[in-house]
Amino acid sequence: MSYDQARWSEDDQYEPLLSEKCNREVDVDAPLPDDLTRDSLELPAPSEPELARHYTRLSQMNYGVESGPFPLGSCTMKYNPKFTEDLAALPSASVHPDRHPETVQGTLALMGRLSAYLAEIGGMDAVTLQPPAGAAGEYTGVLIARAYHEHNGEDRPEIVVPDSAHGTNFASAALAGFDVVELPSGEDGRVDPEALDAALSEDTAALMLTNPNTLGLFERDIEQIAEMVHEAGGLLYYDGANLNALLGRARPGDMGFDIMHYNVHKTFATPHGGGGPGAGPVGVVEELEPFLPTPQVREADGGSGQEGEPGGTCELHEPEHSIGKVHGFQGNWLVLVKAMAYIARLGDEGLTDASAKAVLNANYLAEEIDYEIPFGPFHHEFVASAGDQDAAAVAKRMLDYGVHPPTTKWPEIVDEALMTEPTEVENRRTLDQLAAAFDAVAAEDEETLDAAPQRTTARYIDQVTAAREPRLSWQALGEEGEE
Amino acid sequence: MGGHNTGSPYAPHSPEETAAMLDAVGADREADLFDIPESVRFDGEFNIPARDERTVRREVRELLDRNDQLVEFLGRGHYDHYVPSAVDHLADRQEFLTSYTQYQPEIAQGFLQALFEYQSMLVELTGLDVANCSLYDAATALGETATLAARVRESSGSHVLVPEHLQAGKRGVLENYASGVDLTVDTYPMDDGAADVGALEDAMAEDVVLVYAESPTVRGVIEESLAKIGALADGHDALFCLGSDPVALSILQEPAAVGADVVIGDAATLGLPAAYGMGLGMFATRESFLRQVPGRLVGASEDASGRRAYTLTLQTREQHIRRERATSNICTNQAWVALRAAIHAAWLGPGGLVDLAADCVSRAGTLAAEVDEIAGIQAPVHDRHHFREFVASTDQPAEAIAADLREEGFAVHAVDDHLLQVCVTETTAEATDDLVDTLEVVA
Repeated sequence: MSYDQARWSEDDQYEPLLSEKCNREVDVDAPLPDDLTRDSLELPAPSEPELARHYTRLSQMNYGVESGPFPLGSCTMKYNPKFTEDLAALPSASVHPDRHPETVQGTLALMGRLSAYLAEIGGMDAVTLQPPAGAAGEYTGVLIARAYHEHNGEDRPEIVVPDSAHGTNFASAALAGFDVVELPSGEDGRVDPEALDAALSEDTAALMLTNPNTLGLFERDIEQIAEMVHEAGGLLYYDGANLNALLGRARPGDMGFDIMHYNVHKTFATPHGGGGPGAGPVGVVEELEPFLPTPQVREADGGSGQEGEPGGTCELHEPEHSIGKVHGFQGNWLVLVKAMAYIARLGDEGLTDASAKAVLNANYLAEEIDYEIPFGPFHHEFVASAGDQDAAAVAKRMLDYGVHPPTTKWPEIVDEALMTEPTEVENRRTLDQLAAAFDAVAAEDEETLDAAPQRTTARYIDQVTAAREPRLSWQALGEEGEE
Repeated sequence: MGGHNTGSPYAPHSPEETAAMLDAVGADREADLFDIPESVRFDGEFNIPARDERTVRREVRELLDRNDQLVEFLGRGHYDHYVPSAVDHLADRQEFLTSYTQYQPEIAQGFLQALFEYQSMLVELTGLDVANCSLYDAATALGETATLAARVRESSGSHVLVPEHLQAGKRGVLENYASGVDLTVDTYPMDDGAADVGALEDAMAEDVVLVYAESPTVRGVIEESLAKIGALADGHDALFCLGSDPVALSILQEPAAVGADVVIGDAATLGLPAAYGMGLGMFATRESFLRQVPGRLVGASEDASGRRAYTLTLQTREQHIRRERATSNICTNQAWVALRAAIHAAWLGPGGLVDLAADCVSRAGTLAAEVDEIAGIQAPVHDRHHFREFVASTDQPAEAIAADLREEGFAVHAVDDHLLQVCVTETTAEATDDLVDTLEVVA
């Protein structure tokens, strides 16, 4: 398979900036005193046809899930169903967040139903939908851990994070004021109980764990791990980034996790939008429910609002020991609508099948490629090693074969890592094409790799140079000649 | 779905294909691929029945139809402006909507350029040097500013000062972010809806690291003392963070000109409908804080052919490289909402933006005057210039009036025992006469 990405170019650039095509400066005339207003405003003023052409050209110079395979490890780049977009666009879905609860019963009922679905899927007792992304979910989770320990009169300033964890785990713990204790992986790529024992103490607030971990490996000793953490008085946190591997096969709640987040933009197929928006709902066990962010949805008769079909009236309430707010309002609501519709579409059978096919696809693809895969058995993703090749260069060259490359150089436990997650949406033919791309690149020499990519809109972009002299706006481009 | 039996409609494997693939990996059945101890295997049911697409659409539509159809005269930090069709159609192109973060910039020039243009628009609107390509919402942007202030502080300060009138969610999020860096959030009083600068000066003990002010405020008041607040902050080695939004900034004084070090706000006033509070965190700051900025930045560079190209830059600030020493934990952001806001802003152009903003001033003023004519209501409460919204005092309990209005199809805020707040934009302008008529009856 080969691919030539669109390349609109003009002189020494690709599509010109809107500001270069049609900037206009207008005087500001407002019914206010002059000292409260600005004098003028200069921004692009395209006609709608110009605007449409500009953004259409930009879109053609971008690659999405519908363009081709997108096996980015840890990102779960599934196909995003079309119908969920139509539901999120319904006028009835778009109400103001300060509406009186009695007048937004549909919105609250949908939230209640999604919370109930997520609780079932994760084996949790209660769910908040407020965190607007996975990292925000982590932050919410560690705030809950902090509040819980404070409530019990305990000072536990540390959070333990495996060295193979997502960078967000470390950063979220630090944002909540915790010290991070890094846990070295065992030789088999999993948590080493002895190392864990050394890391845990009366200072431990929680262990954050991804399962299967970023190598795709299931933490087989999870029950022992849970026992050790709980024995030390800590809580066990589940990073939901890899939940797509487990749907219907195992639930974090059953493994002993106390808190978890769900990445609905991964597991539940809401689009990544070029970086966001996502949503990162957080599930907790019953003991932690009073610490959830405010407000929570519940049925007005005192029910949880999360039990099956919400027939009654829903209301909002503040949990007794709530950590407060993690978003100004109720999070990324439109994303939650899409996730709810996706889960309803798939149901038990579909969710379980999604996970089965995601794991089958990863195993099949791994079988078909030449690169070595040092750790296994893996699930929905695997981490291959580019060996003597530079993984980043391998990725650039793969772009020329019409596929998006895997995540590279991470986790660092594998040399020149190619972290690969095909998801369930690819069929065998596409996986064969993907494998062919891997193998073609594996056989190529350094010179070919260094000259890549050739068929994408832009050629190789040196990010080190870009960072040395940052130019972050079109205004900064204009200053070039003046230096 | 054709050729598909059971399971996920978005997993395309036929039974024959599945069998062949299982054979290739040497497994008898899918379950054998899971390396999960028996004791933690889940063999129950979620009790979520699968439905076809038509059924799910009907169910969700019926669910959402339980929402009452009210004309929303609501604001207080979240605003509804008319979003042109071009925004939906262009932003929904799958190459934008279904793409990932631009870690492979060569194949993602389109989105990178769109984000670069978004950043540039914010630079123009704020007069500051640098804007990032999005945070979640205004509240988290304010929280991130507090952590930035803690990192760059030159004093031993530990206090953040915020206005007495502040949206509760913003205050709540700020409290959480501030607590992680051992900062305390304190309030300074307001005088007739705007900052009481004298009282603020008294509150500016030497241990303040950040002063936050808004224009317009949560009550729609255009703040007239921004330059004084900026000077006060500067004189005490504290940062000055200004909260606003792109529409208001189209006509109001440039934040840079009043000494703002950081500008935050909800940029989804452009590009998104009310969306139950889903936002777009705007964040702009001075060049000197560039390496302390939270979130992603897009920069212009060159590719190997010498052409201008764009890439994510200064990534050593970010969590995937710097981990617990990162400037923030944010990874997934609101990029697609930023794209929508940029398209909306370009669709309006500077003339359209200025007109829209001017209308926000005149509509609020006109409606307040009309409401003031009603017996039992005085509006606006604050003798100030207003943007989009204003507070009215009522003789009757505000909650009761708001409840009566709901019965008649209108939503307004009851902000205190005898205070209503009313917001008007072009999306509700046609209903103001009906609102006034109804208020005459219920107030």
